[in-house]
Amino acid sequence: MSILIDKNTRVMTQGMTGKTGQFHTRMCRDYANGKNCFVAGVNPKKPGEDFEGIPIYATVAEAKKASGATVSVIYVPPPFAAAAIDEAVEAKMDLIICITEGIPVRDMLRTRYKMQGRKTLLIGPNCPGIITPDEIKIGIMPGHIHKKGRIGVVSRSGTLTYEAVSQLMEQGLGQSTCIGIGGDPINGLKHLDVMQLFNNDDETDAVVMVGEIGGSDEEGCARWVKDHMQKPVVGFIAGVTAPAGKRMGHAGAIISGGKGTAAEKIAVMEECGIRVTRNPAEMGKLLRSILP
Amino acid sequence: MKIHEYQAKEILRGFGVSTPLGIPCHNVDQAVSAATQLGGSAWVVKAQIHAGGRGKGGGVKLAKSLDEVGQIAAKMLGMTLITHQTGVQGQVIRRLLIEQGVDIKKELYIGMVVDRTNQLVCLMASSEGGMDIEQVAAHTPEKIHKVLINPLTGLDDPDAANIARKIGIAESAIPEAQSFLQNLYQAFDETDASLIEINPLIIDGDNHVLALDAKMNFDDNALFRHPEIASLRDLDEEDPSEIEASKYDLSYISLDGNIGCLVNGAGLAMATMDIIKLYGGSPANFLDVGGGATAEKVAEAFKLMLHNPNLQAILINIFGGIMKCDVIAEGVVAAVREVRLSVPLVVRLEGTNVDLGKRILSESGLPIISASTMSDAAEKAVTAARGV
Repeated sequence: MSILIDKNTRVMTQGMTGKTGQFHTRMCRDYANGKNCFVAGVNPKKPGEDFEGIPIYATVAEAKKASGATVSVIYVPPPFAAAAIDEAVEAKMDLIICITEGIPVRDMLRTRYKMQGRKTLLIGPNCPGIITPDEIKIGIMPGHIHKKGRIGVVSRSGTLTYEAVSQLMEQGLGQSTCIGIGGDPINGLKHLDVMQLFNNDDETDAVVMVGEIGGSDEEGCARWVKDHMQKPVVGFIAGVTAPAGKRMGHAGAIISGGKGTAAEKIAVMEECGIRVTRNPAEMGKLLRSILP
Repeated sequence: MKIHEYQAKEILRGFGVSTPLGIPCHNVDQAVSAATQLGGSAWVVKAQIHAGGRGKGGGVKLAKSLDEVGQIAAKMLGMTLITHQTGVQGQVIRRLLIEQGVDIKKELYIGMVVDRTNQLVCLMASSEGGMDIEQVAAHTPEKIHKVLINPLTGLDDPDAANIARKIGIAESAIPEAQSFLQNLYQAFDETDASLIEINPLIIDGDNHVLALDAKMNFDDNALFRHPEIASLRDLDEEDPSEIEASKYDLSYISLDGNIGCLVNGAGLAMATMDIIKLYGGSPANFLDVGGGATAEKVAEAFKLMLHNPNLQAILINIFGGIMKCDVIAEGVVAAVREVRLSVPLVVRLEGTNVDLGKRILSESGLPIISASTMSDAAEKAVTAARGV
């Protein structure tokens, strides 16, 4: 099954006509079944036009009605990105993937508040996106490093996710679905939400969970894993050497008031039965070692 | 972004938040004339640096005459203030705030932060004013009261009044406290603040509510819509390398080790620091060149690292995704030729076109130490750093 997306998913792109949107829409369309999956774009100034054959509509609602897309991916620049998410929520999309980095926290607080009680799920913002290898990729990750398989990957980081995938491949392990949930402090799906989906997915046998300093989402996920997860989970937490009070690249990667340290997260994860490696080069090996 | 106390108070007064009267100054003459202008018989001379704990470090002094204001100002200006937040190197005092003395009846604590778990702004209040709130949270958590604020409707009357009562504000001062808190939230919301701390909030002899201290931080991602706040940035308070890095849109943080790291992606950059430590070394910096690293950016990143006198080796760790390894390799070769490298360089490339990338490095004739995995790279960098 994979989680959230597969080759039958139909996707629209908000911000398709910008430089980033065009580049990544091409890359996604050229990956696996992408040609059938990427069916619409949204730009209020260019309805009726198309981008290399992908029709453009004025609004998300119109694009959804005309194309049947149930998922939207967003490359809209930061000042307008939260409004783009709001529009997709209003149009009752099933899933929104927001790639945009640099959205003000105040905008995301309002957007997340308005999403309460809605059916729409959000991945990101400030994330690489989601891929179900050999079927569909939605986002900016390099598709060709992946291969279809039975390991789930969830991470707050982009390149560190690619690193994990590449190490899995060295062990001959493909992936069911890989999700980058993003590096912002206020975001959509958390490690916990994704872990629950992997637990329920018949095609996922084990999960690699990659976290980093800041917040307490990894701890929340670990406690759930202890009580409910029926599949093995291995982890890595980046930022053991990060100084307190400094934002480490990601807006959400900061130790504040002594909270959100890597040591704290690793301790809770291990208490909850998750095998955690201190060596970021050994995520793949560790996962291999716990498989039957 | 951080600002000074006097700047925070100016912003807060604009939202109707009461503070003592005060005037910022840069020299002794300004300090004395500020005190004269404020009038009264007692003044507080407050060092303006971006770190907390100023009182304990000797950065807040009471003066009972104009002469004393001048003496204290003369002593403080140019002094290096060391607090638990500045680190051992301390911070040089370049600005002062001269404030009217206030009759303090009660000291309380108010804070506003973004609660990541609940995804709402959280108002925190405590009767334990003037103390380090992290200590209060650790030892007497029952003395901290919290309210989560609806972002669409703001801090409502009952929530504001109730939390004011919980921290022991007398009934006669509740209406004033309520509007103080509501104005404070409005300031937080409308300026895209990421943190406000009023420690202490005081009740004075006439039962008025005043912000005796004020700390405000702002969301860097929202500064584009607040040029007036962005203009308050004080470069004297920041690390020179980090200022330089921000010009080139590089994410750079100085650390105290000797192995420079240049990495694409924040998570991988942190992981690279961690693995250096794991192999017995110590990272000199965090440096994320981002997904779209160009040759120019890589060159600027090299220059930044080479400014560090402690540097003994450089480790480049790149996972080439959309950005191909051969492009990165060409950037590295060009940068090394441009900057005249003075320390060993270890490069680990992985991902798209990795073989081509490695060939470009080896055929360049430059003394680049090639590594195959992150572990291999860390080991080689640590060894190289010891050998210099």
